[in-house]
Amino acid sequence: MSHTLRTTLLFAGTAGLIVLTGLLQSWNSALVILNMGLVSAVMALGVNLQWGFAGLFNVGVMGFVALGGLAAVLVSVEPVGEAWSAGGLRLLAGLVLGAASVVAAVLAWQRMVPGRLRALAVVAILLLGFVIYRAVFDPAVEAVEAVNSSTSGFLGGLGLPILLSWPVGGLLAAGAAWVIGKTALGLRSDYLAIATLGIAEIVVAALKNEDWLARGVKNVIGLPRPVPYEVDLQQSDIFISRAEGFGLDPVTASGLWVKVNYGILFAVVLVIVFVLAQLALNSPWGRMMRAIRDNETAARAMGKDVTRRHLQIFVLGSAVCGLAGAMMTTLDGQLTPASYQPLRFTFLVWVMVIVGGSGSNLGAVLGGFLIWFLWVQVEPMGQLLMSAIAAPLADGSALKAHLLASSAHIRLLTMGLVLLLVLRFSPRGLIPER
Amino acid sequence: MDLLNALMVLMNFVVMPATAYGAQLALGALGVTLVYGILRFSNFAHGDSMAFGTMVTILFTWALQGIGVSLGPVPTALLALPLGIAGAALMLLGTDRAVYRFYRRQKANPIILVIVSMGVMFIYNGIVRLIVGPDDRRFDDGERFIFTVRDFEAWTGLEEGFGLRTSQAITILTAIVVVAALFWFLNRTRTGKSMRAFSDNEDLALLSGINPERVVAVTWIIVAALATVAGVLYGLDKSFKPFTYFQLLLPIFAAAIVGGLGSPLGAIAGGFVIAFSEVTITYAWKRVLEYALPEAVAPDGLVQLLSTDYKFAVSFMILVIVLLFRPTGLFRGKSV
Repeated sequence: MSHTLRTTLLFAGTAGLIVLTGLLQSWNSALVILNMGLVSAVMALGVNLQWGFAGLFNVGVMGFVALGGLAAVLVSVEPVGEAWSAGGLRLLAGLVLGAASVVAAVLAWQRMVPGRLRALAVVAILLLGFVIYRAVFDPAVEAVEAVNSSTSGFLGGLGLPILLSWPVGGLLAAGAAWVIGKTALGLRSDYLAIATLGIAEIVVAALKNEDWLARGVKNVIGLPRPVPYEVDLQQSDIFISRAEGFGLDPVTASGLWVKVNYGILFAVVLVIVFVLAQLALNSPWGRMMRAIRDNETAARAMGKDVTRRHLQIFVLGSAVCGLAGAMMTTLDGQLTPASYQPLRFTFLVWVMVIVGGSGSNLGAVLGGFLIWFLWVQVEPMGQLLMSAIAAPLADGSALKAHLLASSAHIRLLTMGLVLLLVLRFSPRGLIPER
Repeated sequence: MDLLNALMVLMNFVVMPATAYGAQLALGALGVTLVYGILRFSNFAHGDSMAFGTMVTILFTWALQGIGVSLGPVPTALLALPLGIAGAALMLLGTDRAVYRFYRRQKANPIILVIVSMGVMFIYNGIVRLIVGPDDRRFDDGERFIFTVRDFEAWTGLEEGFGLRTSQAITILTAIVVVAALFWFLNRTRTGKSMRAFSDNEDLALLSGINPERVVAVTWIIVAALATVAGVLYGLDKSFKPFTYFQLLLPIFAAAIVGGLGSPLGAIAGGFVIAFSEVTITYAWKRVLEYALPEAVAPDGLVQLLSTDYKFAVSFMILVIVLLFRPTGLFRGKSV
């Protein structure tokens, strides 16, 4: 089977699965799967950039996705004037002072003569900086969080259109990736993995606990939308008449239409990212990246600055993940920090990339759709399986209840199995790199 | 006298908990370091191996409790521990046979093995959640304290005292026994020596007739024992929740890297470094300082450097500092 035919068949098959969901379950769930599939495909493209192009092992995808989500809040929510006057500027001043002391410490480390004096100076700068930072920052946080803490209690955002948050999410993630890359790249590959695992946990911990930033676990709900609201559609006469033209009642139709709108927006982003990634892959830059991936020593001998190039692609890939994170939060319409789970946001994206085919952009896109479909549909299948297993047991037995209740966890098992099987029997993925 | 009181508060809230936590981390990090030294990859499934071993132990503990067996003041889980280790060893050996061996024969790139271990992690995680569910499980029984704060205050007449929890005492004792046994095994027995030889130089070890499959099998059994002991001790000390065990991966890896990947001594040192920094940085020092400082300069706030929710940030910061200034770790592990 030729490469093109195989690719076409695989994509057609995945599309068929989603259409089948529409026919058998509901078009609503099919569109939900499609939209998250689009977002997942963008995430997978980001990870593929890092792993497929450059062989960088990033297991902090969740952190970058969460930063994207934060961007959605920071850009789109109306600023809370009261909170700003209560202590907003002081809070910012605290943050700036904290950052300044870190920069001062780094500068001291670079400029001073190595020796005990330098070590002491750096430690002193950091300690002093920390004390000043806390002294300025803490009262401001308290003041801000005290403002209407049940409904707001945070600084709010800029009140700009939420679409703007997509690039901003990418920028936030890129900034975090730059800091991480500066420290961990150039060391052995496992270290980057551990470092990214750590930064992801810290980002999510910060989102959960810094209430002044995005209300922490109290969640920010009701983010503005880039698409019309169902309620408005249901009252518009043109929409109602069109819906009736399709033979749909306005309530169902409005739900579907909103999802289609999101789908179109996401598809545009996916196409842009895909085309850019594809151009990058086939450009001299892409060839250099693959040369570095395949033989770092040889590339270094040819005069390539391996660490710099790694930093570059690490930042780019993370930015794509941040972009996808902002898209996802826009789709959800809320930021719920407690929902960021590493198994779902980091390792599942990895399964997508590996199953699709590392190094192949089409593969990453396919993996995004296919694995997301499986992730959603395995649960009802698990339910069926479990009821089949538990059927002979007496009703009300503890084992039966336990089996039925635990069907949700079949998901993890399936994903692990899929990953291991692909790695073993088709290590280059469904659509191999050419 | 005030200084003595300050010291007691410190013992009760910092030294004892951190020592117990450090011992648990050290046992976990020893497992990671052994896999790294012998099989040469970072095992992402280690946290979930701990969860699996602990789960088997919990199931046997419940069974023992069900038929009325108990160890009196000591938790029944200790009686079930060997069975848990056996269960985990079977699981790890089975996994090696079904999964890792294929890549070992291929001499696959270590990073591929890391990704494979990610798949294994998913599977263990799924199995554990399928069997005991994702919620908190407690399985400790027996006496909670060897002596309580109040006992101690009554004996000494001090204002403050420290209590010794059974789980802490058991953790520290068990860790000492296990580590001593491990070092005796690695340094004194033939198998242990062949393991060290294999870790130092695989080709040379093969040339001198060491059977690699045997070394690998013994390694997995030891790793299963270490992981289960670490997991059960952590579960007795705090509580068992599958997701917490997955999250332990970060401090455990940090401990192994800080000590130097591949170095058993380093793993132990790393465990305590991470545990003590986590606890001291997230502890509210107000009460200690109130006793230790004259009244005039006693602090108003809690004097907590970081909230406890950021404990992962602490292990991460230490990890970054070590990576920046001493990438091979405190004990010069084998990694660069």
